[in-house]
Amino acid sequence: MSDWSKALSDFRPGSGATSTYSGHRGLQIEEKLLFERDSPGCCGVDLPAVPKIEPRIGAARRTGPIGLPGISEPEVVRHYTRLSQKNYAIDTGLYPLGSCTMKHNPRLNEKLARLPGFADLHPMQPLETVQGALELIDTLANWLKILTGMPAVAMSPAAGAQGELCGMMAIRAAVDAKGEARRRVLVADSAHGTNPATAVACGFTVDSVPANQQGRVDLAALKAQLGPDVAALMLTNPNTCGLFESEIVEIAEAVHAAGAYLYCDGANFNAIVGRVRPGDLGVDAMHINLHKTFSTPHGGGGPGSGPVVLSAALARFAPLPWVIQDESGRFALADTAEGDAAQSFGRLKAFHGQMGMFVRALAYMMSHGADGLRQVSSDAVLNANYLLASLKDVMSAAFDGPCMHEALFDDRFLKDTGVTTLDFAKALLDEGFHPMTVYFPLVVHGALLIEPTETESKATLDRFIMVLRSLTSDATSGKGDKFHAAPTLTPRRRFDETRAARAPVLKWTKQAEGRMAAE
Amino acid sequence: MSTTHYAKSHEWIRIEGDIATVGISPYAQQQLGDVVFVELPQPGATLVRGKEAAVVESVKAASEVYAPVSGTVIEANAALADDPSLVNQDAGGSGWFFKLKLSDTAEIGELLNEDDYTALIAELE
Amino acid sequence: MRYLPLTDAERQDMLAVIGVSSIDALFRDVPASAVRHEPFPLPPHQGELEVERALSRLAARNVPAGSVPSFLGAGAYRHHVPATVDYLIQRGEFLTAYTPYQPEVSQGTLQALFEFQTQVAMITGMDVANASMYDGASAATEAVLMANRVTRRGRAIVSGGLHPHYRATIATHAHFAGFTIEAAAPDAAGTEDLGDRIGPDVACVVVQNPDLFGRVRDYSDLAAQCHAAGALLVMVVTEIISLGLIKSPGEMGADIVAAEGQSLGNPLNFGGPYVGLFATREKYVRQMPGRLAGETTDADGRRGWVLTLSTREQHIRREKATSNICTNAGLCALAFSIHLALLGETGFTQLAELNHAYAVSLADRLAAIPGVSVLNESFFNEFTLRLPTASAPIVDALAARGILGGVPLSRLYSDAPDLANLLLVTATETNTTADMDAFVAALQELI
Repeated sequence: MSDWSKALSDFRPGSGATSTYSGHRGLQIEEKLLFERDSPGCCGVDLPAVPKIEPRIGAARRTGPIGLPGISEPEVVRHYTRLSQKNYAIDTGLYPLGSCTMKHNPRLNEKLARLPGFADLHPMQPLETVQGALELIDTLANWLKILTGMPAVAMSPAAGAQGELCGMMAIRAAVDAKGEARRRVLVADSAHGTNPATAVACGFTVDSVPANQQGRVDLAALKAQLGPDVAALMLTNPNTCGLFESEIVEIAEAVHAAGAYLYCDGANFNAIVGRVRPGDLGVDAMHINLHKTFSTPHGGGGPGSGPVVLSAALARFAPLPWVIQDESGRFALADTAEGDAAQSFGRLKAFHGQMGMFVRALAYMMSHGADGLRQVSSDAVLNANYLLASLKDVMSAAFDGPCMHEALFDDRFLKDTGVTTLDFAKALLDEGFHPMTVYFPLVVHGALLIEPTETESKATLDRFIMVLRSLTSDATSGKGDKFHAAPTLTPRRRFDETRAARAPVLKWTKQAEGRMAAE
Repeated sequence: MSTTHYAKSHEWIRIEGDIATVGISPYAQQQLGDVVFVELPQPGATLVRGKEAAVVESVKAASEVYAPVSGTVIEANAALADDPSLVNQDAGGSGWFFKLKLSDTAEIGELLNEDDYTALIAELE
Repeated sequence: MRYLPLTDAERQDMLAVIGVSSIDALFRDVPASAVRHEPFPLPPHQGELEVERALSRLAARNVPAGSVPSFLGAGAYRHHVPATVDYLIQRGEFLTAYTPYQPEVSQGTLQALFEFQTQVAMITGMDVANASMYDGASAATEAVLMANRVTRRGRAIVSGGLHPHYRATIATHAHFAGFTIEAAAPDAAGTEDLGDRIGPDVACVVVQNPDLFGRVRDYSDLAAQCHAAGALLVMVVTEIISLGLIKSPGEMGADIVAAEGQSLGNPLNFGGPYVGLFATREKYVRQMPGRLAGETTDADGRRGWVLTLSTREQHIRREKATSNICTNAGLCALAFSIHLALLGETGFTQLAELNHAYAVSLADRLAAIPGVSVLNESFFNEFTLRLPTASAPIVDALAARGILGGVPLSRLYSDAPDLANLLLVTATETNTTADMDAFVAALQELI
């Protein structure tokens, strides 16, 4: 046992935990891996007998076993039910991850996405048989264009990061079409890591633009960095510090004057949806995260959907396919680069986009309507400012308020306590809250970024405030031990991540099973 | 007689004749935390002073290691593949990264000596 | 509004605590020119009943594939998903959880991902798999990018049997990232031999098995040729159930497998969301894109799982990342995993055998129609028919008769007149004898 883990396990929680024979602890049930539940020959599905035929599989027939475990249906249900019970989720409680917008995921969306008329459609069915589906995509596209004040939208990107790729590819295509040798992209230094990674994937080099004292993009620095070799500026608005870029119009003007494009990362759209249109701010391309702003579920990491709204100058480069409508009102899919789509930069994925997420997002938008969406951004910003105002006297706010939909703190309030931002976050787990985003954005030391969203009640926020104030008091009054040992009440305690990275074990193997038993 | 010099980017270099051994400083390994992997240059590779020579990964970060001087790599520390923790345990000794043959001994003059480097990190803290 | 918990009284209280008189004051940084006073030209809020009514109407204007005899493939396949799968993935702790960045309260997601990675490695015969990608096409693209990194070469040879949408996706990235692809002509005849093309600048050869036309091959020889030239073999699988019957890519010598997992656990969904599978050899693990769940122990010495090797990813390496990818296909990967858990070794094998047997029966019956021939000597559950006339109008005529009779090649290759008479036909375990009777009879009439 390393010093590290010995120190953690030396701490014992106040109420002595009783040990059990089974290893379970009441409703906290230990669950083996699927492969350790193998009943060879068992099957959780009943299939008809295979008719006798002359096989036509050719010479490449599988001869050996695959090694998959056999399990009955009740055992499978129990396995996954137990697994689910070890997860925190939005349905469980407040999930204040900054820039993730963990809002309530309505079940109406799930019901409608499962209608056979949406879920049981093959992407290559004759277009006459899917007019309703194409109309749905077109309707959603329309909502997005109206909400953002942009004339065009590319619907196919599968997630936010792919949406960024789409926007930057469109910009690169536009630059190339003009025959310009612009190969540099400027990225706000508070940007999420996907921004520079995306720019590089499009063949650009990346330079950072610093923030000013007010946490916004430094306009003077930007102007100094703009030049005839710059293709675009990538920024987030509101930015990752939770602040609205107050000089966004001047920024856009400077970028355009230099012949470059303005890409906006739309991760924080929830702060302004229904109230402000990015098109009015001078944005040329912006990806929208349907799984953030428009409530499609996060699913433990995906799937997402990242449509990209585009200016008139960039619209013609949008990726295939395009959903188009002729004069008679009939919908079609333009999936070759000809006609209006002749300058499309190509395909980003196999089919038309994340239809399942389109249905969910449209159901959400229609439920809220224009008035509801305006209330969404209002309440999101109100909730974040309420948290900021209620905590800034004990936790160190990175910037003076007001903030937008998220509040940023740094670790100055933990100075000389021996408690790090990480320790503080782990203590929150024992309090029954998922921690806020930590150590992002990188521009602030030991960042704690809190985004409550509009679907949290005042009572929840008050409870959260009380807990944060209490933890801060503990940290600053010498109770560091509790934080170092945290969490102690969760299904697992802190993990040895070094071991996981030094000698990665990325799958179960039969030999490993024997070793685990021995330890 | 070998002396240890430092680059501002926290690499150390010990030179004997025209062969140099390069690693990262104890301060650097402490900042990184537990090292989990090191990506080393191949023997024969040409390194340019100030350009990326290797990558050192901890659980939460990946940092470039820059060549303190220009030259050709003659050996990479094979022990780090099996035990990257050597960088944490003995950054200045068995946690060395690679050896190279210098191409321009004049570059040594641009490096920091031990005292200057100690002063530099004192300022950072 | 049912999703908004705040009351007007609470809003007023909160504004007072903040110290402003109205919410507008909190938006003071928005430039005056962008402050909107007119409402958006969009409908106002609606209750569940109205929304359900409106969207049901749109759904009713489509023909669900399961409501008529359907024989569609070409990269998306209609299979029966057991009822259990959909109920389990809708448990709120799976559905509404985020990426497992706090592993102590995410063991459900992390253990499921570890199991998924294991299943994918098993069925592909590879050493290690990631926690999924967006879809097969983007997985194939990431495979080519990875091959470029590993070999430090910049050219990819792409088989004429690769799904054209996958080829187009790879080509898009090639254009921007600055590598080249050499795409062989569509291999309808099945005579392609890529061995001669593997020059010293080739990073990888990309093949699909079964290929677009349905042919099944053993690529062991091609793998050897690639390795002799210092290149990697990337194998794409669009119908993952084929691995129940066909030799695994790993056994054939593939270096990277990029596959579409939609066939297990996930409905057709008009093209998305799907789930990309990505697997490779142990020695390349640090060059793999995407998320990885790894096993370790906690402070009490108990086994558990965490996201690991994340220093390759964009949120840390930024411009030096292996990829810009952020999300995986989370819930779709879980659905895949649950379906495969229910099937197990015997079920997966039997399901594959059923698919093949039904396809063989259908192929024989269709080939018996005068003027119609089956091009394939080998196939799994999808094969190519040659019709005496262009297949697209025939497919439309079949649709008018309530039959979704396959995908015409002209839908995938708009500028290849030599492929215009070809039709891709798929049979799965969801097709009945009555379905096939209807299809055969209708096609016979139309020819």
